[in-house]
Amino acid sequence: MKLGILVNEGPYTHEASDTAYQFVKAALAKGHEIFRVFFYHDGVNNATRLTVPPQDDRNIVKRWSELAAQHKLDLVVCIAAAQRRGLMDASEAKRNGKDADNIAPGFRISGLGQLIETGIQADRLVVFGD
Amino acid sequence: MSEDNAGGAIKKFLYVNRRAPYGTIYALESLEVVLIGAAFEQDVSLAFLGDGVYQLARGQDTKAVEVKNFSPTFRALEDYDVTKLYVEREALEARGLTEEDLVVPVQVMEAARIAEIMESQDVVLTF
Repeated sequence: MKLGILVNEGPYTHEASDTAYQFVKAALAKGHEIFRVFFYHDGVNNATRLTVPPQDDRNIVKRWSELAAQHKLDLVVCIAAAQRRGLMDASEAKRNGKDADNIAPGFRISGLGQLIETGIQADRLVVFGD
Repeated sequence: MSEDNAGGAIKKFLYVNRRAPYGTIYALESLEVVLIGAAFEQDVSLAFLGDGVYQLARGQDTKAVEVKNFSPTFRALEDYDVTKLYVEREALEARGLTEEDLVVPVQVMEAARIAEIMESQDVVLTF
């Protein structure tokens, strides 16, 4: 089955991102296709490469980056939600006159149209959040 | 970003709004998805459940909390051909609201009927 994933909550505060990650891993192991993982609301915070969790804890951001590299996942961060919350890639930082960028490897910033497209293209869109 | 529906068939998208308009950003960002999604020419409807019915309440004044009152945007949905707005009757009644208290024309219906509508959807986005 072709699955689309929506993550609506940030890392650590809420379990949504953990559960989505475990779900994606299990789905891939069962041979399903992940069309795209879309990060919205505070979910965009899953994409900051500046995360430094305690050493004995899981690194949620790094985990997503590694899974993306391993399975060529398309991890998309909503641009409007990201801009509100201070998440940017190099070109967005330049465009907005900011002196830093913080998007982790494997993530890309794009528009909400990518979420709608996921709903259209995937057999199921699975939402993680409250 | 392609706005063509490469898959061919039109899908039924239901946006479920369950939260009050202010206090959290979900309601506002849900409306942003609806507006972007309207360009994709899918079969779109919105449901307002629980505190979500407050999103449509007339006479919102947000000056004191310094956030944007986005309720007028619901009036623009018609221009995007988004006209199927379902409101939970029980939620309205529990909050002392009637259809006349809302900023746009809606279809008020029992929660059980909205559940049936949910059942018939291809994509349900819950905010």
